[in-house]
Amino acid sequence: MKILSFIKDAIKEIIKGSLPYYAWVGFLIFLILLGAWGYYHEFTKELGYGSLEQHVVWPIYIGNFAFFVGVAAAAVLLVIPAYVYHFQAIKEIAIYGEIMAFSAIVMVLGSIMVDVGRADRFWHLLPFMGGILNLPVSMLSWDVVVLNGYMILNIVIALYLIYKGYTGEHPNKKFYVPLILISIPFAISIHTVTAFIFNGLGARPFWNSAILAPRFLASAFCSGPSLMIIALQIIRRYGGIKVQDVALFKIAEIMAYAMFFNLFLFGAEVFKEYYTGSVHMAPMEYLMQGLHGHNKMVPWIWTAIVLDITAFLIFISLRNIRSIKLLNVGCVLIFIAVWIEKGHAFITPGFIPGVLGEIHEYTPTFVEMIVSLGVFALGLLLFTIFSKLVVGIETGRLKYNKETSN
Amino acid sequence: MIDFKEKFVNRRKLIKLFATGVAAALAPFAAKESDAKIDWEEYFQKHFKLMTKEEKEKLVKRLEQKYKEKYKKEFKVKISDAMQNVEFGYALNLSKCIGCRRCVYACVKENNLSRKPQIQYIRVLRMKNGEFDVEKSEHYYEPALVPEPGYFYFPVQCQQCKKAPCVKACPIKATWTEPDGIVVVDYNWCIGCKYCMSACPYFGRRFNRGEPVIPENEINTTVHYLGNRPRPMNVVEKCTFCIQRSREGKYPACLEACPVGARKFGNLLDPEDEIRQVIDNKRVFIFKQDLNTIPRFYYFFHD
Repeated sequence: MKILSFIKDAIKEIIKGSLPYYAWVGFLIFLILLGAWGYYHEFTKELGYGSLEQHVVWPIYIGNFAFFVGVAAAAVLLVIPAYVYHFQAIKEIAIYGEIMAFSAIVMVLGSIMVDVGRADRFWHLLPFMGGILNLPVSMLSWDVVVLNGYMILNIVIALYLIYKGYTGEHPNKKFYVPLILISIPFAISIHTVTAFIFNGLGARPFWNSAILAPRFLASAFCSGPSLMIIALQIIRRYGGIKVQDVALFKIAEIMAYAMFFNLFLFGAEVFKEYYTGSVHMAPMEYLMQGLHGHNKMVPWIWTAIVLDITAFLIFISLRNIRSIKLLNVGCVLIFIAVWIEKGHAFITPGFIPGVLGEIHEYTPTFVEMIVSLGVFALGLLLFTIFSKLVVGIETGRLKYNKETSN
Repeated sequence: MIDFKEKFVNRRKLIKLFATGVAAALAPFAAKESDAKIDWEEYFQKHFKLMTKEEKEKLVKRLEQKYKEKYKKEFKVKISDAMQNVEFGYALNLSKCIGCRRCVYACVKENNLSRKPQIQYIRVLRMKNGEFDVEKSEHYYEPALVPEPGYFYFPVQCQQCKKAPCVKACPIKATWTEPDGIVVVDYNWCIGCKYCMSACPYFGRRFNRGEPVIPENEINTTVHYLGNRPRPMNVVEKCTFCIQRSREGKYPACLEACPVGARKFGNLLDPEDEIRQVIDNKRVFIFKQDLNTIPRFYYFFHD
């Protein structure tokens, strides 16, 4: 049985590793447990945001949700150059993008699960289990559909390629290339639909802006790949896998365009609100300079703007200065900047001022940050494990062997 | 004012919640076997609208039993349907409202709203004469005497919109508009994602993170499944025009509590109804008309 021996060997591959690998996995498991503790704590002791939660309806989790949807774009940024433009150096590493994609979707779903009040009723979302989706009207229902679709596509593609690599058979292009090509519009749709969740609310002028979906796409093409570039270097160093610098710089080049577009769209939003100066400007004013003495959001957004611009300058200078170190600095800056800009600094001002003009400020609590980290660690753990399998196959360690496997 | 941020936790209930839901592994924590059975049934309960008549009756029995054990009182849980040819509407006379908040507290009592954390369905905004700007309004005014000179009062509650953004938002159809125009929530189906709260332009919905706390002697035992029954925690709830009263031809509690007769309620489809008299003869307006949610809640000025 090839499949059984695959499972056996795969588990072996995951369990056996170097000291840094154990340290890293141990660290992630620690974060996950800490997050689980935080979640339990939140449900038992830190209940009752009381009045706050009536106004700032969504805490940092939903910001993370929007951000992680962006991270899932890592795949498509590898897949498009690899399978549409046949850029060989990226084709070699595209599978890590697919693994990153479904790991990120796990973070997305995790962020939702820790936010909803009744995670125990999650089956209400699953039609095959007796649940009901409010299609076609609810954007959240659509998001459930496209997120799961994208996740399943990427799991199938990645597992198929890993399995074929294990057995040494040639992967059937007629099977997996169409799936990869389908995953491109799916990737676009997860960002679009996620943007539409916020976009479609007339009650919240801050989100009710037509350039939200393009903005989501632009920032997604920055955040996902930035994590990808760093992850690829780690895999290169510890896994002994060949990842060409030219591939990394190609990704960086696309990120530079995306970041320019992201900044441009943000600027367009700021212009529209400030120049019009209608009452709908209030949330933007709250975000950028504070409103009626409430200014907790101001340091966040300005940090993001400064980091965004710095990272953009770094990325365009990479054309001339081919420095991996500089690239990494840029990636870290972008990752933090987009997390702020697309997370907390995007969700919270939507609620401030509230629909009846009240201002209740919100800052993520310590426990919420722990839970968020736990969700992040869960996705990274999945990414690590599956990347380990790919590394095992590429180095020839993980291989189907008729004699030993029977 | 009662402290909003006060936290409350009922440990036993929480453990039960976890036991039935998040992980079956935690099941041994469940307090009592009979409780666990009720919770198990509740956990796999169908969407209210998909239930047959028999299933609904069984549900009523189960809930009455549950509330009896919990509150040591006999409850009457109604599941009455909308009446034929009735569409409820509400009108509020801003010239008369004195901002006394009696409606707010009558609503809290009638609808078994949690006192801790404190949940209220009606929010009264105090506006300066000459201004109609919610951002400049005061929600927490506390004078010794109302009305205060130079101000008028603007009570806001669920507007029971014809094109309700909250209903559109819900990913699992846990909230919907009944044939009589009341927007209701199946509290046993809601997953607490709060998307409806983000979608509502009127602050018409509330989320209860704690087990609702109601003083024992103030519990209203005449309840409706879609209305004022004691709510489960961590789900969204809202004003239902007192569905347990209005479907029996009674006025909502807020209307009866109003000392100046500022509130009018009735059947929009009946030309003789007093609500129609107001709409047809007074100069009425609706709140946030630009959003086109088409509220069934009207405001007017008339001395």
